[in-house]
Amino acid sequence: MTDISRRSVTNLSAIPKEEYIYKCTSACAGCSSSLCLRYVLKAAGPDSVLVVPACCTSVIQGIYPATAMNVPVYNVAFAAAAACASGMSEAFAATGRDTNVIVYAGDGGTVDIGIQSLSGAFERGANFLYICYDNEAYGNTGMQRSGSTPLGARTTTTPGGKPTAKKDLDRIVQAHNPPYMATACSAYPLDLYKKVRKALSIKGPKFIHILAPCPPGWRYPTEKTVEMGKLAVKTGMWVLYEREFGKLTINGPSKAAMRKPEPLEDYIRGQGRFKNLSPETLDLMRQQVEQNIQRLAREEEGIC
Amino acid sequence: MRERLALSRPGEAASGKTGSWRTFRPVVDKEACNACGLCAQYCPDGVIDEELNVDLEFCKGCGICANECPKKAIAMVREER
Repeated sequence: MTDISRRSVTNLSAIPKEEYIYKCTSACAGCSSSLCLRYVLKAAGPDSVLVVPACCTSVIQGIYPATAMNVPVYNVAFAAAAACASGMSEAFAATGRDTNVIVYAGDGGTVDIGIQSLSGAFERGANFLYICYDNEAYGNTGMQRSGSTPLGARTTTTPGGKPTAKKDLDRIVQAHNPPYMATACSAYPLDLYKKVRKALSIKGPKFIHILAPCPPGWRYPTEKTVEMGKLAVKTGMWVLYEREFGKLTINGPSKAAMRKPEPLEDYIRGQGRFKNLSPETLDLMRQQVEQNIQRLAREEEGIC
Repeated sequence: MRERLALSRPGEAASGKTGSWRTFRPVVDKEACNACGLCAQYCPDGVIDEELNVDLEFCKGCGICANECPKKAIAMVREER
């Protein structure tokens, strides 16, 4: 018999034990945004401020007068998250405080509505971390399409599947030349933890884009959240990388996926939003995945 | 701080006891468990503690722990109420 009390829990020992989100958020069962936020706050520590525009996270905080978040949270209008955070970081700098300012925004608040304030704040070089958790639709209001919804995905406003491809937010952010930007996935929380720690150690505007599978929106059973995230990385649909001062590093799980990707059908099959996907759309998706991987591989080798 | 401010204060159960949402309850087979801690790592709500006990007052029964357990030591059992 295994005596659990005597054995060290090796995977957990690497990261702080403090939880900054209390139990009982009103997040859906199997929510990966809630999983990501746990690790973001573990990495950031107690001296942090969250700026949350309208998104699922502004709902899962709980009901007034209680909140599940144990750090200060500033709820702000959809389009203003990055503008608010840049002002906040200036104010902290003026009072000589070294508080981490973190924007935790959904894909709607980043890719569509908040992109102008994001672009402005990155151009001004404000000192804050912008985290976009991407469930590829407006999940909070019942899964309407966003700019981040992938090709062929059914949402309540694209019942026949979205005809256009996902907006490449990372290349838009890359054009601002931030000192640090990275992609992460909720299925690799320790990787996310390391990236947030690294981002917060650098001064200037930082950006992390997290793929956050969403059980009610992507229409898969709640227990598959982590499996879906892993499949997205293993099939090459989502590439884990970080770019520090312009130097690209592709992370281990994606390196393995580039050498030997799993079939894209494995990822598509499990999700109700890709039901009855036409073979032509699937081909187009495969081409896009291939192009994206090749472009990143070339950049890492320094060819382009 | 004036109490009239629209300010929320942190605390457990900000949205009530979410354990009542559950239709399937995780049951850990301690014989098969090798204490790897992956269940606690992947729990979205952080209801699995260091000794790997599940807090059933708040567990929403999503089943990620059972799905990710490498030893298949967690079974999801239907709640009877």
